[in-house]
Amino acid sequence: MAANPMSQFDVYRIGPEIKVGAFDISFTNASLFMIISTVSILLVFNLGSKRNSVLPNKMQLLAELSYTFVAKMISDTAGSKAKPYFAFIFSLFMFVLFCNMFGMIPYTFTVTSHIIVTFILASFIFIGVTIIGFIKHGFGYLKLFVPSGVPAVLLPLIVVIEIISYLSRPISLSVRLFANMMAGHTMMKVFGGFVISLGLVGGWLPLSFSVALTGLEILVAFLQAYVFAILTCIYLNDALNLHH
Amino acid sequence: MIKKIYFQSIFFGFLSFKEAFAAESGGMPQLNPEFWISQIFWLILTFGTMYVVLSKFILPKISNNLESRKSQILENIEAAEKQREDSEAKLKEYDEVILKSKSEARTMFNQTREKALKDIIAKKEVLDQQIDDEINKAEKEIEVLRVSAPDKINKIAIETSSELLEKLIGSGVNNSSISAIVDDLSKRNGDKYYGN
Repeated sequence: MAANPMSQFDVYRIGPEIKVGAFDISFTNASLFMIISTVSILLVFNLGSKRNSVLPNKMQLLAELSYTFVAKMISDTAGSKAKPYFAFIFSLFMFVLFCNMFGMIPYTFTVTSHIIVTFILASFIFIGVTIIGFIKHGFGYLKLFVPSGVPAVLLPLIVVIEIISYLSRPISLSVRLFANMMAGHTMMKVFGGFVISLGLVGGWLPLSFSVALTGLEILVAFLQAYVFAILTCIYLNDALNLHH
Repeated sequence: MIKKIYFQSIFFGFLSFKEAFAAESGGMPQLNPEFWISQIFWLILTFGTMYVVLSKFILPKISNNLESRKSQILENIEAAEKQREDSEAKLKEYDEVILKSKSEARTMFNQTREKALKDIIAKKEVLDQQIDDEINKAEKEIEVLRVSAPDKINKIAIETSSELLEKLIGSGVNNSSISAIVDDLSKRNGDKYYGN
């Protein structure tokens, strides 16, 4: 069972089966790691915001650097109008980052390697951004699909392409994160399996590969969280500052 | 667009990858809808709680900390700037005081010197006057003495000669005869003995 590289993505029930109506909301290993991630985030940032000294300690520095990092990212991509959505994007970035990073510890479960999780996050962003766009610009928001400076002949085609591109945003956003996480973890598992099967003689090559992959995956874990957050910012920018 | 196609191809690649393991495991666990509802529920619960706590309690505190630090640093910079200006003003003041006192000292010194010089000159004049007077007086006295000196000498000569004669001869000699001789001698050698 352990040799199967996909078995690490198995979700299993921890404790009793909980049913609300027809829905099974049992506590699973996925739920466990969601709770671990959120509790760690809250712990880290609570510790980092507790004391306010002019010369920050390590925790405070960590919290404040993350804060300014995300704040700068938002103001760079979406401008000052995006300030009310700072808390949401910050939470999103931290949640994805911590889930990805906890997944890098052996024998843990990667929450973000499940399409349903990333899809729910992405569709929440998509619906939220669309609502914000219509609130801010009314039906003028539909101008997003009509780029300026396009010849009239091409316009019907461009509009169709724009609409498809807009509608595929939640899919691309969710699949990007999910596929990256799953591919990386599967690859590591496969190479780990090669180490065992090739033994002492030939196992060194896949082992060195595994080591390199671990570094790469940590980079990817951060990068995907960043990409997820920055794409959210870009979508938000489209909704807030309509100038296509 | 290209990125999307790329990732979607990865996705579909894994769909076919799943076929390879299908015999063993029964497919990709991600596509098994058994726990989808549970995952959605727990995701909304945990993420929602985290969002509420972060946005209501933690992030305002961090932003507050950052703001207060910024303002405190600005305040400190301002205070430092003010103190620097103060110290510069004080330094200028000090320099001025030093310069003033230096010039004061110089003028005082000059005044005193002039005064002292004046005093000295005045005193010198007075002294010169006194010395001149004294000299004049002395010269006059000398003149008087010079004038009266031959007579006195003659007298002394007479007295000494009479005493000598008395001692030599043993009896007194008439003074008038001696004085006649002395006068005669002094008249002959007067110029020799007294210079002028």
